[in-house]
Amino acid sequence: MGDPRGFLAIKRAVTGDPRRDPGERVHDYHEVIHLLPVPTVKEQARRCMQCGVPFCHRGCPLGNLIPEWNELTFGGRMRDAIERLHSTNNFPEFTGFTCPAPCEPACTLEINDDPVMIKHVEVSIIENAFREGWVVPRPPAHRTGQSVAVVGSGPAGLACAAQLNYAGHRAVVYERDEAVGGLLRFGIPDFKLEKKVIDRRIDILRAEGVEFVTNADVGVSVSVKQLLVEHDALVLAVGARLHRELGVPGARLDGVHLAMDYLYDRNRAVARGVEAQVDRHEKNITARGKNVVVIGGGDTAADCIANAHREEARSITQLDRYPAPRGTRPREIVGWPNAPRREVSSYALEEGGERLWAAETLELTGKGGKVDGVRISQPEGERLLPADLVLVAIGFTRPERDACLTQASVQEDDRGNVRADHYATSRPRVFACGDARRGASLVVWAINEGRECAAVVDAYLAAQR
Amino acid sequence: MPNESTRDSGQEYERHGLYDEANEHDGCGVALVARLNGVPVHETIQRALASLCNMEHRGGEGADAMTGDGAGISVQIPDRLLRAVSGLELPELGRYGVIVCFLPQEPRRRAELEQLLVARVEAEGQAALGWRDVPVRPDQIGRVAREAAPVIRQLFVGAGADAADDEAFERKLYVIHRSAEIASGEQLTIPSCSSRTIVYKGMLAANQVPRFFPDLTDERMESALALVHSRFSTNTFPNWRLAHPFRLLAHNGEVNTLTGNVNWMRAREAQLESALLGKDLKKVLPAIRPRGSDSATLDNALELLVRAGRSLPHAIMMLVPQAWQGRKDLPPELVDFYRYHSCFMEPWDGPACVSFTDGQVIGATLDRNGLRPGRWVVTNDGWVLLASEAGTLVIDEAKVSRKGRLKPGKLFVVDLARHQVFADGEVELEVASRKPYGKWYRAAAVRLADLPEAAPLSGEEPDTLRNRQLAFGYSEEDLRVLIAPLAAHGKEPNGSMGNDIPLAVLSDQAPSLFHYFKQRFAQVTNPAIDPVREAIVMSLESALGPELNLLTETPEHCRKLILEQPVLDDAELARLRHPDQDLLPTRTLDMTWALSAGPRGLRAALDRLCSEADTALDDGAALLILSDRAVSAERVPIPSLLAVGAVHQHLVRQGQRLRVGLIVESGEPREVHHIACLLGYGAGAVNPYLLFESLDGLAASGELPKTTDVAEARSAVIDGFTAGLLKVLSKIGISTLHSYIGAQAFECVGLDRDVVEPYFTGTQSRIRGVNLELLGREAIQRHARAYPKGPARRDAPRSGEAKLLPTGGNYAWRRNGELHMWNPETIPLLQSAVKPGQDGRAAYQRFARAMNDDAARRSTLRGLLRFVNAELPVALDEVEPAKEIVKRFVTGAMSLGSISPESHETLAVAMNRLGGKSNTGEGGEDSVRFNDERRSAIKQVASARFGVTIHYLVNADQLQIKVAQGAKPGEGGQLPGHKVSPLIARLRHSTPGVELISPPPHHDIYSIEDLKQLIYDLRCANPEASISVKLVAEAGVGTVAAGVAKANADHIVIAGHEGGTGSSPLSSISHAGVPWELGLAEVQQTLVHHDLRSRVTLQADGQMKTGRDVVVAALLGAEEVGFSTAPLVATGCIMMRVCHLNTCPVGIATQDPELRRRFTGTPEHVMNYLFLVAEEAREIMASLGVRRYEDLIGKTQLLEIDNTIEHPKARTIDLSSVLALPVAPADRPRRKVRGPDPILDGALDHQIIADAALALEQGQQTKLAYTIRNENRAVGALLSSRIARRHGANGLPAGTLEVSLTGSSGQSFGAWLASGVELTLIGEGNDYVGKGLSGGVIAVRPSPESSFAPEDNVIVGNTVLYGATSGRAFFSGLAGERFAVRNSGASAVVEGVGDHGCEYMTGGVVVVLGPTGHNFAAGMSGGIAYVYDVHAALGERCNYELVELEAVNPDDITLLQTLVSEHQGRTGSPLAGRLLASWERECKGFIKVMPRAYKKVLAELAARTGPMTAPASEPVRVAAAPLKVSA
Repeated sequence: MGDPRGFLAIKRAVTGDPRRDPGERVHDYHEVIHLLPVPTVKEQARRCMQCGVPFCHRGCPLGNLIPEWNELTFGGRMRDAIERLHSTNNFPEFTGFTCPAPCEPACTLEINDDPVMIKHVEVSIIENAFREGWVVPRPPAHRTGQSVAVVGSGPAGLACAAQLNYAGHRAVVYERDEAVGGLLRFGIPDFKLEKKVIDRRIDILRAEGVEFVTNADVGVSVSVKQLLVEHDALVLAVGARLHRELGVPGARLDGVHLAMDYLYDRNRAVARGVEAQVDRHEKNITARGKNVVVIGGGDTAADCIANAHREEARSITQLDRYPAPRGTRPREIVGWPNAPRREVSSYALEEGGERLWAAETLELTGKGGKVDGVRISQPEGERLLPADLVLVAIGFTRPERDACLTQASVQEDDRGNVRADHYATSRPRVFACGDARRGASLVVWAINEGRECAAVVDAYLAAQR
Repeated sequence: MPNESTRDSGQEYERHGLYDEANEHDGCGVALVARLNGVPVHETIQRALASLCNMEHRGGEGADAMTGDGAGISVQIPDRLLRAVSGLELPELGRYGVIVCFLPQEPRRRAELEQLLVARVEAEGQAALGWRDVPVRPDQIGRVAREAAPVIRQLFVGAGADAADDEAFERKLYVIHRSAEIASGEQLTIPSCSSRTIVYKGMLAANQVPRFFPDLTDERMESALALVHSRFSTNTFPNWRLAHPFRLLAHNGEVNTLTGNVNWMRAREAQLESALLGKDLKKVLPAIRPRGSDSATLDNALELLVRAGRSLPHAIMMLVPQAWQGRKDLPPELVDFYRYHSCFMEPWDGPACVSFTDGQVIGATLDRNGLRPGRWVVTNDGWVLLASEAGTLVIDEAKVSRKGRLKPGKLFVVDLARHQVFADGEVELEVASRKPYGKWYRAAAVRLADLPEAAPLSGEEPDTLRNRQLAFGYSEEDLRVLIAPLAAHGKEPNGSMGNDIPLAVLSDQAPSLFHYFKQRFAQVTNPAIDPVREAIVMSLESALGPELNLLTETPEHCRKLILEQPVLDDAELARLRHPDQDLLPTRTLDMTWALSAGPRGLRAALDRLCSEADTALDDGAALLILSDRAVSAERVPIPSLLAVGAVHQHLVRQGQRLRVGLIVESGEPREVHHIACLLGYGAGAVNPYLLFESLDGLAASGELPKTTDVAEARSAVIDGFTAGLLKVLSKIGISTLHSYIGAQAFECVGLDRDVVEPYFTGTQSRIRGVNLELLGREAIQRHARAYPKGPARRDAPRSGEAKLLPTGGNYAWRRNGELHMWNPETIPLLQSAVKPGQDGRAAYQRFARAMNDDAARRSTLRGLLRFVNAELPVALDEVEPAKEIVKRFVTGAMSLGSISPESHETLAVAMNRLGGKSNTGEGGEDSVRFNDERRSAIKQVASARFGVTIHYLVNADQLQIKVAQGAKPGEGGQLPGHKVSPLIARLRHSTPGVELISPPPHHDIYSIEDLKQLIYDLRCANPEASISVKLVAEAGVGTVAAGVAKANADHIVIAGHEGGTGSSPLSSISHAGVPWELGLAEVQQTLVHHDLRSRVTLQADGQMKTGRDVVVAALLGAEEVGFSTAPLVATGCIMMRVCHLNTCPVGIATQDPELRRRFTGTPEHVMNYLFLVAEEAREIMASLGVRRYEDLIGKTQLLEIDNTIEHPKARTIDLSSVLALPVAPADRPRRKVRGPDPILDGALDHQIIADAALALEQGQQTKLAYTIRNENRAVGALLSSRIARRHGANGLPAGTLEVSLTGSSGQSFGAWLASGVELTLIGEGNDYVGKGLSGGVIAVRPSPESSFAPEDNVIVGNTVLYGATSGRAFFSGLAGERFAVRNSGASAVVEGVGDHGCEYMTGGVVVVLGPTGHNFAAGMSGGIAYVYDVHAALGERCNYELVELEAVNPDDITLLQTLVSEHQGRTGSPLAGRLLASWERECKGFIKVMPRAYKKVLAELAARTGPMTAPASEPVRVAAAPLKVSA
């Protein structure tokens, strides 16, 4: 049962994630996080107290069995650790690199010490498993002969397809872009999640029997009706990509872009090799040499800032509409065991740039239809910031009402998401999960949604046999 | 004769609500008197009755003060009197018998029964000579007794021609009375029916016996022997027939194994044959009268054995054998005798002083543990007296030739024919040498090693391991938390905090059937045993296989499989199955059923098993193996316990049970509790094959320490199981597995009659619950997890092919595991609700809703109830204010030791500010806290008596006797060494860093009369404090509580099984005791029923969290409510459940200074929480239309069963018995309205205090002298209380007050004697001399007139110096069992001790100048003992677990000389005189008994600081103000 005195003997190795030196990493697109040596990770796992009530386990939307794999890691049973981890999380490498880790502020040690490096233990377990060759395709032993179409290849769609496949169903994933992964691939920069990590996992899924159809814009290139003819069930995992409107004068000026458009462009560029030509998908947004203002205080904003650093912007300013939080630790901000909505400091700001707190955007100014400044109000007064590029990262509202959802003709809830209380939509045989169902959220929630939805679909299919 | 047995069950038996007459207990005083010359005289009877009256204080007194619990006398047939008064022409003595009858008052029925008796006499060929009305004086007895009194008549029977001799006549009389009883039902009771003895008894107090029966005072009434008994029962239900003596015995004790004994006896009847009884035998069957008391039942069994030809001592030795296993000191013939008889009679186990007479011999014996007192005297003018206490008769000391005490398991026999007293094993040896028992045994008994070796069954490929684990409900947690530690350390793992998961009957997790069974445990009426420290009385040996006729003896009787312990590994089972094994042919029965048959197939499968068992028997099988190895995708395992219960009960009913042994080969059992259940319901051995197979899996995956190989792991598991089983047995006070098997020492919670009645016949199951079909469905549900193929599959898809077990979640919360009431939602809600400076009401309401509406409904019985709201609710502001309600709240008994000083004091300050009470727990309390806000109003007195000094006692508002603890009833405790900080050690009078042990029982409470004595003692120690007794809910707690109320307590706590702990074995936390709702309701109903409720306050405790809990508790009968976990959570506890590891990360349950700094709780947290609780309670009260809390108490009509709950399992529960109103007149009080009766008025101390006024006030040296009787109890305690109150811990200066007393002292002489007082007793002492000695000096010496050698005679009784903390004591003579038990600081000299001397000692010095008994120094972790080992016996008798023997060094010799000189000076001991006379030589005869850890710590301390000093008090940060006691 772990080491009951481990937390007294060992201190947390690093506050937050172990990251490469900002001065170094800002010049490349490799992961910001660097992996600690396995012996260090084992020692860190020893800090886990094996709580009678493991708040981390509840803090994790997936219900990851954190005490279990901490104990296994501490005990050196890395292979059992990956089994345990995989039992609740299909893609620990995705969460291990990108999750804001609500488990850590929920860790009991957060009360009066530093929490266990749960997220880092997670990523270390899976990365070690890949290195050791333990992550191999495990196709199901039996096939049911039933088939499910999954629309969308983000983390929810992938998790759902993977689980359905394990259950013996044929799972076909339809993706409108040129490659699978959804926001994982196009919304998250390489320096947070290198794309080879996604490819590596997709290869496994494929080998297990999951089928992928890219450039398949459901509703356009293939109809919902057609899918319902070919498959026994349909899962909508199309995300919630309709962005929130900034709603101030000047929002339509040139040089004002949605953060996601910028990130898609940058990710595609990086995937191609940064120096190569623009491809047909890109809008060719760049921050190089510009005064960049990023509006928004969340992860997407941080990713924009970090990208802008790597493009060598002239200046970068982040506008956060909320005042600076009172403390520096989650328990001071929101109270243990809750997770704070946003981080006090992000990896991106370590690399440079400035954050203005309590900064309300009043107006974007411009000349000749092109943006040149942002007028803001702060408690101390109004000011005008120079800006050549304004990136709007203030979140998403709901799924896009595109051809796919129109054809699916499923009911919406009052926030405009697909109504699917227990993953089943208003339309027979059609299910929904992920951001499309719950609104924009974390990767870890998406995976959870995908898994739970798969269980519902599986039960439905079992009943049909 | 099935009709007879049903008729015998009678109509008087009543059952209403939860009160059940079957749970009644009794304890008592007994005495016997005999004249060695065998000449009958009236004086014998006079002496016996006088002796009985002098033990009045041992008896009980009910609501009707005049009504006693029962008393009586058995004497020889008083021929002279009967000839004179019967008006009949009687044949010569010996040729007529007297049948004493209790007949109904109703004339017609009486006449019928009389005719029946006469007809029986004549049918047996004897002559009915005539009736005599026994004269009685009803005006001399209580109203209740009078109203229930039978008509008492004697029927005289003349011996017929076929009764050739008087033995044959006695047999005929036996047949007559037994067959008459069978034919008559319960309306006829026959107290005696013999040509040799006659019984007078009734529902009387001791002193009423001679007044009620004028015969007894008639001078013509003569006998050479007399046996008397007075009963202290837990009830006042009028019942004459339960009075003792019975026909052959009187019994002071409890038979804990009764259910099993009765079942086995019933099973034996089918094959009984007796040459002596011949055809008459079948007329006396069933030989056991149904639903008799345990004593009556034992008497039935004894009578059968005796009438079938065994001598009375022989039969007693069979039924109550002494501890013989592993005893090298017993004569080999005796061991062989016991071993032989163990093949066909299981011990009737439990505390007992069995006194017996057949009119020719009279004697007594004690149980193997010696748990009842017995002191005897032989005078040089030919009288023998034995009684529960010394001094019940004033005997001229000059005439005493020998004094002694009954010893564990040994017979004391007076043989009137031989005019001799046998007290040293002569009779046993005589009996044991009758036949070549040893030779017979060795020739026939079978041991596993004798059988051919065979390859174990493996059968299954390892890759199905996971499937099978799943099919049997294994979880990852089982492997990780229970099995791996067991395999690694050979010990059951410990845990902490309470049980907050649902009852099995409410769980959605398909828990195994075992989880519906709750272990029963001993409280008050008999003690639990310490299976570690007192292992010498315990045995796991059993004999498996066919049993032969009980009434004969042949070599073939031992053709049985002898097992040292009941867990078989695969290889051992294979030996039994070997085809060449024909000594005990085995047959395997399939314990699975076809999935295709569905849930209903389970019943058919059980029927099939039973009929297959019949067939196997017909084929000659001697051992049946019930096996579920056939489990597969198509076959579902039958719950193994169900299968065992079904086959066992079936065979019992068929009269076939003794023809086979049952062995279980199952994948299901994997915990100690599982094994215990299987054994308790009839299995003789268990092979948990899947557990063993799982070890392979664990080893393969590296989950066991690298050093362990699988074979070692297997034997570690077996070791852990055997240790665990011993614990389970001992917690109900059963010593041997042999008598545990089939004893059904469990209670069911949540099983329907269709499960319990056929398969677990006789087990209590009081709220109904799931039926067989639901059990079948859950078995299939588990099976489906393992074999999920097929269309019925419901599980979520799994990640690939990795077969992982479900994670579990019983011991720590998991999202998909079992529900926990304390979980990640509720803990932070409560913590945010109590944060100071903000209105926490909203957070509290969410907390209360989560607990009341969600968690409670899904896990507790109270959750299934709802309030009956008033049509006219009252306005909230009319309801009693919260500040009044919080005064009814207390915090639980958490010791300083289990929790940190900061945490402990925070609770105390909070409760003092609220006007409620906090509890010290069992660890004592720092005296610096006594006078400020950090004082705990409740001071606990627990079995270890840590820190229980007179100073501690006088500083309490309430003294609480902890009889049991919810988390681990029937068990002692351990404070691991790492929690024994210098502060803790100082308060507990022990050594820092050395583990502390709390014994399972209070060594001064083995019975209800003992508890009464302790209450008396504590009242003396603090007359102003109320006395509370803490009990734990189980079936029968109501009758125990009734006994406690009658024992003069003010206050009773009923704790639920869900209560918390700082450290307990996990299986105890989960599987012992029942919810408080059941216990509280039963107690309330029973107390009201017996009209005892008015004298005591009731408090309920166990997972109390909300105002709703408080109101439910009040409605079920509680005046007060205890909270423990919730206040801790309010101060920061996050349910880490590592209290036992000292690593609490929030500084609560730890003594680690670094972690203690992390504690952030404040008194305000606790106060805010309890106010929120009280406010919630007020709102409920308003809606109930109740303004005052006291108007809630006992109003169960304001509760109803919530029929809106849809849970399919919950709907099977029937709580109507919980809500039943007691049967009692409407005006009878339902709550406390008065106090208990004052009992201290007659105390001798009042006189001493008056006479010693100047000493007490001015410290003037004073010498006083008094005479003393055994009725003068706890002399010195009241005096010490005065001294401590006035002078504090230091008492008076040494030698201030000298008191000399002449005579036999009552119990607890010199209890908690304070410094400055010296008591010298000239005569003898009883039990508990110097209990809690707190600085005073006690000397006990024989009368100067006595002619015996003091060192050979008993001078004081058992359990002397229990929990003494300082002072000195000197005893010129022998002491009884457990001398200086838990001594932690006193010095004592004694001239010989009984068994278990210096047990659990942690400090002080004990010098034994003579013999020691067995198991000396068991659990002794501190202090030093010196033994003058003249017989060189200590080596064999010492328990070396913690100590080692050394030669004495010069320092020791100096110390010894000082003490022995003082001994000689104070007692005039001739022995001490002789030793001192040649000290140079004699001092070398001493051996030093030294605890190893203590020695080490002393050496370390000496190296650091010189001589050992008490460490200074550590600073504690809780802010406290001087205590203001509000009026």
